[in-house]
Amino acid sequence: MNLMSLTAVELGKKIKDKEVSVEDAVKAALAQIKSVENDVNSFVTIDEEGALKRAKEVQKQIDSGELSGPLAGVPVAIKDNMCTKGMLTTCSSKILENFKPTYTAEAVLHLEKAGAIIIGKTNMDEFAMGSTTETSAFGATKNPWNLGHVPGGSSGGSCSAVAAEECSFALGSDTGGSIRQPSSFCGVTGIKPTYGTISRYGLIAYGSSLDQIGPVAKDVTDCATILEVIASHDTKDSTSIKRDDYDFTSALVDDVKGLKIGIPIDYLGEGLDPEVKEAVLNAAEELKKKGAIVEEFDLSLVEYAIPAYYIIASAEASSNLARFDGVKYGYRTNDFEGLHSMYKKSRSEGFGAEVKRRIMLGSFVLSSGYYDAYYIKALKTKALIKKAFDKAFEKYDVILGPAAPTTAPKLDDSLSDPIKMYLGDIYTISVNLAGLPGISVPCGRDSKGLPIGLQLIGDCFQEKKIIQAAYAYECTREYDRCDLAKKGDK
Amino acid sequence: MSKQYETVIGLEVHVELATKTKIFCSCSTAFGGEPNTHTCPVCTGMPGSLPVLNKQVVEYAAAVGLATNCKITQNCKFDRKNYFYPDNPQNYQISQLYYPICRDGAVEIETEAGKKTVRIHEIHMEEDAGKLIHDEWDDCSLVDFNRSGVPLIEIVSEPDMRSAEEVIAYLDKLRLIIQYLGASDCKLQEGSMRADVNLSVREIGATEFGTRTEMKNLNSFKAIARAIEGERERQIDLIEEGKQVIQETRRWDDANSCSYAMRSKEDAQDYRYFPEPDLVPIVISDEWLREIKEKQPELRDEKKARYKKEFDIPDYDIDLITSSKKMADLFEETIAICNNPKKVSNWLMVETMRLLKEHNMEPQDISFSPKNLAKLIQLAEDGTINSSVAKEVFEVIFKEDIDPNQYVEEKGLKSVNDEGALKATIEEIIAANPQSVEDYKNGKQKAIGFLVGQTMKAMQGKADPGMINKILKELL
Repeated sequence: MNLMSLTAVELGKKIKDKEVSVEDAVKAALAQIKSVENDVNSFVTIDEEGALKRAKEVQKQIDSGELSGPLAGVPVAIKDNMCTKGMLTTCSSKILENFKPTYTAEAVLHLEKAGAIIIGKTNMDEFAMGSTTETSAFGATKNPWNLGHVPGGSSGGSCSAVAAEECSFALGSDTGGSIRQPSSFCGVTGIKPTYGTISRYGLIAYGSSLDQIGPVAKDVTDCATILEVIASHDTKDSTSIKRDDYDFTSALVDDVKGLKIGIPIDYLGEGLDPEVKEAVLNAAEELKKKGAIVEEFDLSLVEYAIPAYYIIASAEASSNLARFDGVKYGYRTNDFEGLHSMYKKSRSEGFGAEVKRRIMLGSFVLSSGYYDAYYIKALKTKALIKKAFDKAFEKYDVILGPAAPTTAPKLDDSLSDPIKMYLGDIYTISVNLAGLPGISVPCGRDSKGLPIGLQLIGDCFQEKKIIQAAYAYECTREYDRCDLAKKGDK
Repeated sequence: MSKQYETVIGLEVHVELATKTKIFCSCSTAFGGEPNTHTCPVCTGMPGSLPVLNKQVVEYAAAVGLATNCKITQNCKFDRKNYFYPDNPQNYQISQLYYPICRDGAVEIETEAGKKTVRIHEIHMEEDAGKLIHDEWDDCSLVDFNRSGVPLIEIVSEPDMRSAEEVIAYLDKLRLIIQYLGASDCKLQEGSMRADVNLSVREIGATEFGTRTEMKNLNSFKAIARAIEGERERQIDLIEEGKQVIQETRRWDDANSCSYAMRSKEDAQDYRYFPEPDLVPIVISDEWLREIKEKQPELRDEKKARYKKEFDIPDYDIDLITSSKKMADLFEETIAICNNPKKVSNWLMVETMRLLKEHNMEPQDISFSPKNLAKLIQLAEDGTINSSVAKEVFEVIFKEDIDPNQYVEEKGLKSVNDEGALKATIEEIIAANPQSVEDYKNGKQKAIGFLVGQTMKAMQGKADPGMINKILKELL
């Protein structure tokens, strides 16, 4: 049996039942990586030695009964913007090409404690800035469904690794759609939880007020299970929220009777690929068949989300990325005269074009004289978007729409036209601005065979509702594996 | 100089707060550790680290605000001030611009010219930077982040001061308030209190302010006074010569009594302030504010009024004793033991002050305990030791905080109160000094002083001079 064809929860159960050893699971993941990694380039770092060593330790803990959770012994890949003590953490940037953190991110610590085995760090758009995983300093990741296409981004490496079955599940991060959009492009499931649900401690910040870590996996069950392990109230993160309840798996019920689902008309308009639209509306139809009440409504303000997002995220990024200066860690230019020359050259050589573009954009909107016109206006827009969602959730339990307007574009098609690339975030961005939870589940493929993702959005702290709706929808179809994943079956 | 000029001064005062841990992490604020030993991912700006606010900082800042009659911003926020410098590990400082914790305060100062109010524009909280060490030998710079993240408040005054004297009075007022609150030790020399002077001059009677400069690197009250005088003269000279005063930051060189330009307004940085997204707004509830108010100790003005009412000691003494929290605490703790305000005040006013001066110390540096001072006062009061012995013993207490009872016993310093023994000695002295006896009998009052001195010498200083006098007169 190909262990990598299993979901994380299925594999975890086999390990717990002693049908499979942790070492076998880790070796299966490493074998699949060897087989497909040259094609997809999901990883920045693969820690074969560390994973095999850890497998032995975890096996002992499982054997002694110390570890009995659903993820014990299951191989996981971590997006390379989460700190892992002693293991390279690069944010796919030259400026951190040699950076080994002195501590481990809180969310990753939770996984380690649960016995998950970190197999490596996944590729991403540099500092999570991008929608294609092409801005990585270590080469683009390819879409496992079609290597001529991008996997989406910025958590492209995490999503492609799950789709290509190089790991059983992965962690991604989502600032404007960076989990949901690549999940959609790669035909996997990803959740961006309510802001404050998962500690950001150890997540290298892009847009602090929008960043949120989340799970990427084969199905909704895995995602809910992982979420339960990594969600926590962390006093080291001031924006972490103490939730009333950290139970997500109890929502894995195939029942949507009476569930009120709203589809924003704005999400079905211009720019939406007809094939994506059809697949999404078909999915809505399936839920309707199961008893959900589905109707269209006017969410409004959608067109303002993108400019507001790029102002806020870039402003925060321009400040967050100031610490990468060649003084304390990371890349320092070889040749410089004096402090300012070192700063300038280290940063000019260390950052890629998209990162520089956003740092400049962010510095500009925060400059005196522009602050009110851009930054303050963007914050007001953010507040209005939140209000519009609040109003919608008075009426609906769940908002349904596409995760992205198209399926995965071809490699090299996006970066030449950044505005077009930014517009691709239209359905995901407002969720971050409003701090809401969102999930992307596969809902079919287009005529080119590329996956399409269905996005379900919930009100703050209502992850259970979107999990339940997503689960009910998922029950209507089979998980679709790509050919690259099936290579491991032989 | 034909015209008359007025100096207009506003102050930006930075005060390091006396919290045990840093403002955004749990590292120690203690001085003097090996470089980079009081550090963690947060205060060294490691990627992914996040700040968590130390509540004590808010309490101290609010307490200072309350004591300086400020309005407390009950919904305040932190902002990021962006600038690149290697002592600043994140290349931004977490500070407050838009919603500082305190606003619109005022303190009353007193100079020889009388009383005056200095308004406070705002007080905000922020983090300190690390320290750069330039290694000239290796031609490189090193950074020590032990100070990075130490909490500061910045107290910004309105341009209400007109002379160095007023500035010193204002600083002294702030220093005392903050010391009394226990919010900082406010030592200028050690940098726990730092003042930047914003100064401009204008013709007397003018309504517009002149162009101001900001003076940095002022490490003592004296340096501040000299810098104000120097800058006033420099600006007047420029104006008299028909030149412009340039708005700039200047650095004071106290050794040479001159200043030089650091940076002008033109190259002033745009700090691109924006709300710190990693921290949530600080909500100071009515209840929390009430708790802070309740914890507020008695401040100097209240203390002075109470001393005046409760103790029969001169205003001058009250002023001096309350001029440092340490001195006032010592005073109160000592009288709590020996209940003799007048004597305690005397010991503090005379001997303590003398020894402080002699050793070039501040009242804060006093290390002796009220218990030992009280014991000493008791020994002197009941005549166990005479006053010169008492002074001697006090010096030892001042230095080593010894127990005077034990010390007097061990060193055999008790006064000889045995009249018989004293009488015998005095008789010997009279016999040995017939000339002095003669002089005294002839009306030379001074002669008796010589005889007392001789007796004291024979008694090795341990006799009561009053008693010697009495016996001498009887015998003569």
